[in-house]
Amino acid sequence: MPTGERAADAASRPGRGQTAPTAGGPWCDRCGEAAATGPHVGCAAARALEPPRYCAHCRRRMKVQVLPVGWSAVCVEHGELRG
Amino acid sequence: MPEILDQARTQVLENGVGLDEAGVLAVLNLPDEHLPAALQLAHEVRMRWCGPEVEVEGIVSLKTGGCPEDCHFCSQSGLFTSPVRSVWLDIPSLVKAAKQTAETGATEFCIVAAVRGPDARLMKQMREGVAAIKAEVDIQVAASLGMLTQEQVDELVEMGVHRYNHNLETCRSYFPNVVTTHSWEERWETLRMVRESGMEVCCGGILGLGETVEQRAEFAAQLAELDPHEVPLNFLNPRPGTPLGDRPVVEGKDALRAIAAFRLAMPRTILRYAGGREITLGDLGTRDGLLGGINAVIVGNYLTTLGRPATDDLKLLDDLKMPVKALSATL
Repeated sequence: MPTGERAADAASRPGRGQTAPTAGGPWCDRCGEAAATGPHVGCAAARALEPPRYCAHCRRRMKVQVLPVGWSAVCVEHGELRG
Repeated sequence: MPEILDQARTQVLENGVGLDEAGVLAVLNLPDEHLPAALQLAHEVRMRWCGPEVEVEGIVSLKTGGCPEDCHFCSQSGLFTSPVRSVWLDIPSLVKAAKQTAETGATEFCIVAAVRGPDARLMKQMREGVAAIKAEVDIQVAASLGMLTQEQVDELVEMGVHRYNHNLETCRSYFPNVVTTHSWEERWETLRMVRESGMEVCCGGILGLGETVEQRAEFAAQLAELDPHEVPLNFLNPRPGTPLGDRPVVEGKDALRAIAAFRLAMPRTILRYAGGREITLGDLGTRDGLLGGINAVIVGNYLTTLGRPATDDLKLLDDLKMPVKALSATL
């Protein structure tokens, strides 16, 4: 009885969330901690099925709207991301 | 063959009478080697009493975050340290989301708000939003706005909202462990008003909140007593910052056992895959559930998290030769 793949496997597929959660800035866009504290592997896996929550440039919490198709995330300082 | 499956074959498959709480518990406790037989029987029950069609739905958050309630699984509560911020969706974006949902072949579009219950601002947004969707998009509109007053129920009926979602989330005995800012009975009262209004009742919950197997059976029995038109079945996706953020996800086989058990408790309901299936079941498990009692899916993204691409689910349904329910069949 197959029970299917789990989050880590699902995360390996491209085309859902963004790429690395720390791409483009010093902060992890999922947990909001410093990118330098580690590879944020768990965050990267989770981001396959989540939009970003923190601005990777300034660590502000972003206003995120998830839609049936896609999402948008707005940082008051650094503008809007779409996925 | 376990005795409970023999009993279910006669009682549920042949006579259309759902299993009671003890029967559901027996299914939930089946050893792994009998899980394929339970899923096969649940699939036969679904095909016999519901047919091969699958109802496809999209959901959207009209008002995200900042909720005053403390549902321990929810990242939208304003009482936790979740990173989800409050945001409202404007009407043009709402209509666009409805159009995108309709383009997938979905017949249902559910508008959701993270609130205890709607206030005047939210009801105004709903009036304008539902009217705009109905003017431009050929899709059924459902709503999920928390607890309602009788006046709000009547107003939603006037707007043309055909189905109302209000999940009990878990069984009555476990509910106080999950929510303390309102009661299970308050939710039940809203469901009673919705049913009496003529709107279709959509009521399900989340598995994996820490409830026991016995409480899962209790929940299925309580839902069967409510007899909702639709039961959305979620599996906990632990959210950072919430009290349940560190809970383990439901094991895939336990999730499949629950799907079969809930179908055998409610042979005629629309049993919908909702949130959490991606991490609990993955792609293969999603297929197993559709062959084990599920006859509806939420396609695309959820309220604060992302789902499988709608095209993946639609291809799977095509592979399984399960036709998407047409809009004309819902009217």
